[in-house]
Amino acid sequence: MTDGSVTPSISGMRSHATRAVLYAGLIAVSFAMLYPLLWMVSSSFKPDNEIFSSWSLIPKAFSLDAYSRGWNGLSVSFGRFFLNSLLISLLSVVGNLASCSLAAYAFTRLRFFGRNFWFALMLGTLMMPQHAVLIPQYVLFLNLGWVNTILPLVVPKFLAMDAFFIFLMVQFFRGIPRELDEAATMDGCGPWRIYFKIILPLSMPVLATAAIFSFIWTWDDFFAPLIYLNDAHSYTVQLGLRTFVDSSGQSDWSGLFAMSTLVVLPVFVLFLFFQRLLIEGIATTGMKR
Amino acid sequence: MEAQYLREDASRIATAADRQATTRHECGSALRYQLASYSFLLPWLIGFFALTLGPALSSLYLSFTDYDLVDTPYWIGIGNYARIASDDPRFLKAMQVTFTFVVLSVPLKLTFALAIAITLNKGLRGLTFFRAVFYLPSLIGASVAIAVLWRQIFAGDGLLNKLLASVFGYEGPSWISTPGTALYTIVLLAVWQFGSPMIIFLAGLRQIPQDMYEAASIDGAGARRQFLKITLPLLTPVIFFNAVIQTIDAFKAFTSAFVISNGSGGPIDSTLFYTLYLYQEAFVNFRIGYASALAWVLVVIICIFTALSFLSARFWVHYDD
Repeated sequence: MTDGSVTPSISGMRSHATRAVLYAGLIAVSFAMLYPLLWMVSSSFKPDNEIFSSWSLIPKAFSLDAYSRGWNGLSVSFGRFFLNSLLISLLSVVGNLASCSLAAYAFTRLRFFGRNFWFALMLGTLMMPQHAVLIPQYVLFLNLGWVNTILPLVVPKFLAMDAFFIFLMVQFFRGIPRELDEAATMDGCGPWRIYFKIILPLSMPVLATAAIFSFIWTWDDFFAPLIYLNDAHSYTVQLGLRTFVDSSGQSDWSGLFAMSTLVVLPVFVLFLFFQRLLIEGIATTGMKR
Repeated sequence: MEAQYLREDASRIATAADRQATTRHECGSALRYQLASYSFLLPWLIGFFALTLGPALSSLYLSFTDYDLVDTPYWIGIGNYARIASDDPRFLKAMQVTFTFVVLSVPLKLTFALAIAITLNKGLRGLTFFRAVFYLPSLIGASVAIAVLWRQIFAGDGLLNKLLASVFGYEGPSWISTPGTALYTIVLLAVWQFGSPMIIFLAGLRQIPQDMYEAASIDGAGARRQFLKITLPLLTPVIFFNAVIQTIDAFKAFTSAFVISNGSGGPIDSTLFYTLYLYQEAFVNFRIGYASALAWVLVVIICIFTALSFLSARFWVHYDD
C-alpha cells in the first residue's frame, strides 16, 4: 500500500481498467439474473399475443386486464387465497417468536437439570431431515381431524418446531450481559419477569429478523399446504397459483404472470424494507457455528 | 482483614442467585426454580415428543408394515426395504435424478457464489446494490411463482426459444418436456439462487485480516498466489459450512420439480426427485408403509453424507485458531 508510489501511473491505469471490466461484468450478471423477473412483471401488463411475440421489457400497450382475469380465474378468488396465506403466515410469526424465544431463554439463561441434554437434542433436530417425521405427523393430524384446517400448518410453530429460530435467538441472547439478569434477580425478579422485562426488550433486532424470515418462509411454503389443504377455500396463494397453472396454464399466461407477480410482491416489499436485517441474519448464522 | 471482607461481600453477591434458589427455602425453592425453567421449555418439549420423537419412532415402525391409512398396519418385516434394494426401478431413477441434481447444482452454485463474493469484496462502489440484486432470487426463488416463470421460460414457445430464434435463428425444443434437458432447467433454477451462500462468503471474506494481503504483496505475491495461499485456505470453514447446508437442501428439493413437471416427475421420470417420489407414494398412492421406508432411506443417505463431510473436513478445512 505504502510503496504504491513507485509506479503510480501504471498501477493506477491497470486498476482503472480492471474496475471497468469488473463493473461491466457485474452489471451484465445482474441484468441476466433480473431479466426473467422483470420480464414476468412486464408480461403481466401485456396481452397474451404480445407475450409470445416479444421479449421486450416494456409493454407496447399497458393493460391491467390480466390482473382482474387472474384474480377471478379460479372458482375461488385469489383474494381468499391471500387472506388464507396472510393468516397462516402471521400466526406462524407469532408462534415462532413466542415459542422459540422461550426455549432460547431457557437454554441460555436458566440452569436446570438436563439442560445440555435437551440442547444437544435440539441441535440434532436442526440437522434432521423432516421426511422422517412427515408421514406420522400427517397420520396424527388426520386422526385429530385437522386436515383441511390451518392447524397442522400453525400449531407446530407454537411448539418451537422451527429449531433454526431457537438457534438464531440463542446466538443473540448469549451476547446480552448476564449482569443484567443477576441484578434483576437480586431485586427479586423471577425468570419470567427477567424474560419479559430484560431479555425481550433488548432482543428486538433478532426478533425482527426471525419474524421476517418466518413470514417469508411460511408465505413461500408449498409442501405442507399441498398435503394438508385439499379444499379450494382453504388454499394458500402458492396452492392457488399451482392450481391456476393446471387449469389455465397454457392459455392465460398474462393472467398467470399477474398472479405470480402479486404472490411475490409481499416478499419483495419486505426485502426492500428489511434488506439489512435479512442479510445480517444470514451472515450471522453462517459465521457463528 | 478488610480485603477478606470485600471478597466475602463479592462472593455473596455472585452467588446471590444460587443462594436464593438453594438455601433460603431449601429444596422447595430449588424445585420451584427447576419447574419454572421447564415451563419455558414446555412448548418445545411438547413439540419434540409429539411432533418429532414420536413420529420418528412411528415412521420407523410403519416402514416395516403395509399400511394404506385405512386398514391397520400389517407387519411385513423388511419387505419394504427388500423391495427398495432389489425391485424398484423408480427408486433407482429417483436416486439417479437426485444425485445428478446435487452433484451439478451444489458445486455450480457455490462457485458462482464465491466468485461474485470475491468480486464484490474488492471494495467496489455500489456493494449494497449488487449484493441486494444477487440476493433477491434466493429469497423469492422458493415460491411457486418462480417455478411457474421457469416453466414458461423453458417451454416450447417460451422466452428462451423466442430469444434463440430471433438472435441465432435456432428453433429450440421444449426444454421442460425433453427428458434430456428437463433436469438441467431445474439445476439452472437452483444455481440462479446463489445469493444466500454468497452473503455468507462475503461475511467470511470480511473476517480475513487485510494486513495479510499487504504483507503478501510486499513479499511479491501476485493476485493468484494471494487467492490460493490466503483467501482459499482461510475461507475453507465457510466453504465447508455452505457445502453442507446447500447439499442437505438440494437433497430435499421439491417445489420446482413438482411445479415444472406438474407433479409427475416427468417427462419419463427425468425430474423424479426423491422427495417427489416419496410424495407420490405417500399422498397419491397411499402406500404409507413403503413411503416411510423411502423416507428412512433418505434420512440415512443424508446422515451418511453429513458424516462423510465432517470426516473429510479434517483433511481440507483449515481451522487456524
